Amino acid sequence: MSALCEPEVHASLIADAPVRGNWPAWFHEDQVKAWELFASLPWPSRTDEPWRFANLKAARPEGFRPADSVRDAAELVARSTGWEHVSGKLVFGNDTLLHSGVSGLPSGVLLLPLEEAVAGHAGLIRSHFMTSEPRLGSRKFAALHRAKLRTGAFLHVPKGVVVEKPIEIWHWVEGEKAAVFPHTLVVLEEGASATVIDRFASSGTEASLAIAVNDLTVGKGARLTYTAVQEWSDSTTAFHVNTTEVAEEGTSTALQMNLGGRYVRGESDSHLRGEGSRSVMLSVNPADKQREIDQRTFQDHFSPRATSDLLYHNALSDNSRTIFSGLIKVEEGAHETDAYQKVRNLMLSDEAEANSMPGLEILADNVRCTHGATSGELNEEELFYMQARGIPAKQAAQLIVRGFFGSVLERLDHAELQAHLGAILDKKLGI
Amino acid sequence: MSSETTTPDLEIDRSVGDFSYDVAYAYDAGVGLTEATIDYISDVKGDPDWVRAFRKEGYRKFLEKPMPTHWATKDLENIVFENIRYYLAQGQQAKRSWDEVPDEVKETFERLGIPEQERKFLAGVEAQFDSEAAYSNIKAAVGEQGVIFVGSTEGLKEHPEIFKKWFGKVIPSGDNKFSALNSAVFSGGSFIYVPPGVKVKHPLQAYFRINAQNFGQFERTLIIADEGAEVMYMEGCTAPKFETATLHSAVVELVALKGAKIQYVTVQNWSSNVFNLVTKRGIAHQDAEIKWIDCNIGSRVTMKYPGVVMKEPGARGEVVSIALAGDGQHQDTGAKMIHAADNTTSNIVSKSISLGTGRATYRGMVHVPKHLKGCKNNTECDALLINTSSRTDTYPAITVRGQGNAVQHEASVSQISAEQIFYMQQRGISEGAAMSLAVNGFVNDLVQQFPMEYSVELKRLIDLEMEGSVG
Repeated sequence: MSALCEPEVHASLIADAPVRGNWPAWFHEDQVKAWELFASLPWPSRTDEPWRFANLKAARPEGFRPADSVRDAAELVARSTGWEHVSGKLVFGNDTLLHSGVSGLPSGVLLLPLEEAVAGHAGLIRSHFMTSEPRLGSRKFAALHRAKLRTGAFLHVPKGVVVEKPIEIWHWVEGEKAAVFPHTLVVLEEGASATVIDRFASSGTEASLAIAVNDLTVGKGARLTYTAVQEWSDSTTAFHVNTTEVAEEGTSTALQMNLGGRYVRGESDSHLRGEGSRSVMLSVNPADKQREIDQRTFQDHFSPRATSDLLYHNALSDNSRTIFSGLIKVEEGAHETDAYQKVRNLMLSDEAEANSMPGLEILADNVRCTHGATSGELNEEELFYMQARGIPAKQAAQLIVRGFFGSVLERLDHAELQAHLGAILDKKLGI
Repeated sequence: MSSETTTPDLEIDRSVGDFSYDVAYAYDAGVGLTEATIDYISDVKGDPDWVRAFRKEGYRKFLEKPMPTHWATKDLENIVFENIRYYLAQGQQAKRSWDEVPDEVKETFERLGIPEQERKFLAGVEAQFDSEAAYSNIKAAVGEQGVIFVGSTEGLKEHPEIFKKWFGKVIPSGDNKFSALNSAVFSGGSFIYVPPGVKVKHPLQAYFRINAQNFGQFERTLIIADEGAEVMYMEGCTAPKFETATLHSAVVELVALKGAKIQYVTVQNWSSNVFNLVTKRGIAHQDAEIKWIDCNIGSRVTMKYPGVVMKEPGARGEVVSIALAGDGQHQDTGAKMIHAADNTTSNIVSKSISLGTGRATYRGMVHVPKHLKGCKNNTECDALLINTSSRTDTYPAITVRGQGNAVQHEASVSQISAEQIFYMQQRGISEGAAMSLAVNGFVNDLVQQFPMEYSVELKRLIDLEMEGSVG
């Protein structure tokens, strides 16, 4: 890449090579390699299919610098109140661990900041940390993430261990033009089970940059319920790159709830590796104001008799814009696959724009695959019905939107979690 | 080159179309494309100056435009533009009566199955032999109604006042690399004008045929239905089999003025070495209707996404698409629906069958821009996979801005159920015949939308392609 097209404002993020910090030499070497990869890869362009319809200006984040320490750690920890009785909790602010509460965990379960995991459990990190190449367009951003990573959350649940209560991880960003690199790595061994709630939030209204990676590995027969609640400030640019690996008979249920951000790019890549594996991919996106939610998904079936089921609901108001680009790929030999993909756009304003690209690539035999995309408006009859019963039009519309999202939350096989997320959603919708 | 990018020459039994005769080519521009080739074509055809300028502009854009390889199949890289003949003609004047048609050409048509009695039914036959229309016969009745049905060359010379107004307006020459190429070297194709209120009772029909090695066909068709007019146009293709790839890159423009209706029917059965890269689009004005009925059975790679721009309120667009991808074939087809006015409606129904190592791709675009109300689109894509090595893809792109519109897309992929086949076999039907029946059943509701003789031909072609697909 020519030095001329490199905007000067990138200098602070880009010009400085990764800092060794407390990382062991092998980890730092990988960071330097990632740094070189980042520098060598081009920025997304018009002709890149994974960036079709995307806001390329937003996808070339300019003028950010690595985040400084947070002003008041105690205050952020106090604000990190989500699930009442967690079995473990980590709070990060500007890529620094602010709080760790892991008292309720069964023995053998590791919930550690990444630097401790790298130092004490190098084997696990080597075999699970960023082992999949991002395939949905954000390779450059993931390389920058790896190069600039300072900490992150690592959860490891050993064979057969069931973690009853959810584990909550908070990632805060603070400061105008501050860049953070939140990381969550979840590894469930054979037969293990856990529920993880990832919370992403801004301390104020500043314009920040978040490049997050969250990788989920679900072992044989293991069960993971993962929820990401994203509440970045309305001026934040965010990239969330996710890879999920599911082994034989394992089940991953992952829900992304996007409530904030100016430009949010989410990439969810599910690898159905084992026979009978299952991946449920859900997303709830009340897009309003100037928000742009750009989601790319991949349901990649490598093994026979696996199931993937995707349901994304977008409600678009104001000047918001959404992009959904999903692909179901049934690889050769992945016979008897069940794969479903559905995106629904509820248009609530004349300025909003929804783009849908639901894709299928089928190379196997005896598969059941369907996909669908719809765009519509509020049902007049439903509105009328409620108004006839004395519910004001505005409130009636809110209730319909809430119901529209409720049908996604219902897919979570966890009543308490449904209620918890429903409450967060109600607050956002002002119900 | 990786194995993925090469398509083996596969022997598909083509009892129809697999033959060729020596023809003395009166005009031959040689192989390769330079500005001199374009001057040569213009000189030979006696193009007016504006056409020559249009060709040169197209050539410039062709050189400028990149190949669409960032999303399309890499097989396109195997097209060697220098090895293609861009112009070849049997004669300069379209033949007016059957008697004037050379005997050997007649024989080819006999083998193709254009029976003389068919002319009684068909309103007119514009049969294309290589680049120039070698035969044209318009029934007096159609002419009496004021309908113009001529070759594109004749159209631009004799009816410039109508031709020029719309030519290259629906599909600008710079639309894509292949429309630019067509603009540079086009010859042949039809020009049809239907005057206001005239409803052409019988379908207008043209057969196209390639009959020279490495010879690409670049037809240019323009159909204008004036206010309240109605017309159906049918295009069918068969081609002999050759060892080296040939390129077919047509441009078809349709204009339906207020309240007009145009139906355009294609049955494509090029031989399995043909790259068939076609741009087809129509503009529908107020309350007008454009319907593309598109069936792709032959070729090595077909890339074709018929489109309708619904320019004024009440316009309607429809694409009915059937694709059959046999061994080594890639049918990359679909539709484009651009809603540009309130209360416009579009409908896409696509069914594809992949057998052997065939790959069927649906690629679609539906666009509803800002501040439009009452726009509706419905898209249904169904794919049928026959063998374990078959492949199918679906890549729709849907953009909706604002509320007050309803857009839905649904797709499914399925197989012929073993139970169905077993049931038929129990009743004494062979496995192969049972498969054929099941496939015909899958596309039956769409085939019925084709004109009668086409639907018969289609069923025959499906049976032919299904032969030997079992086991």
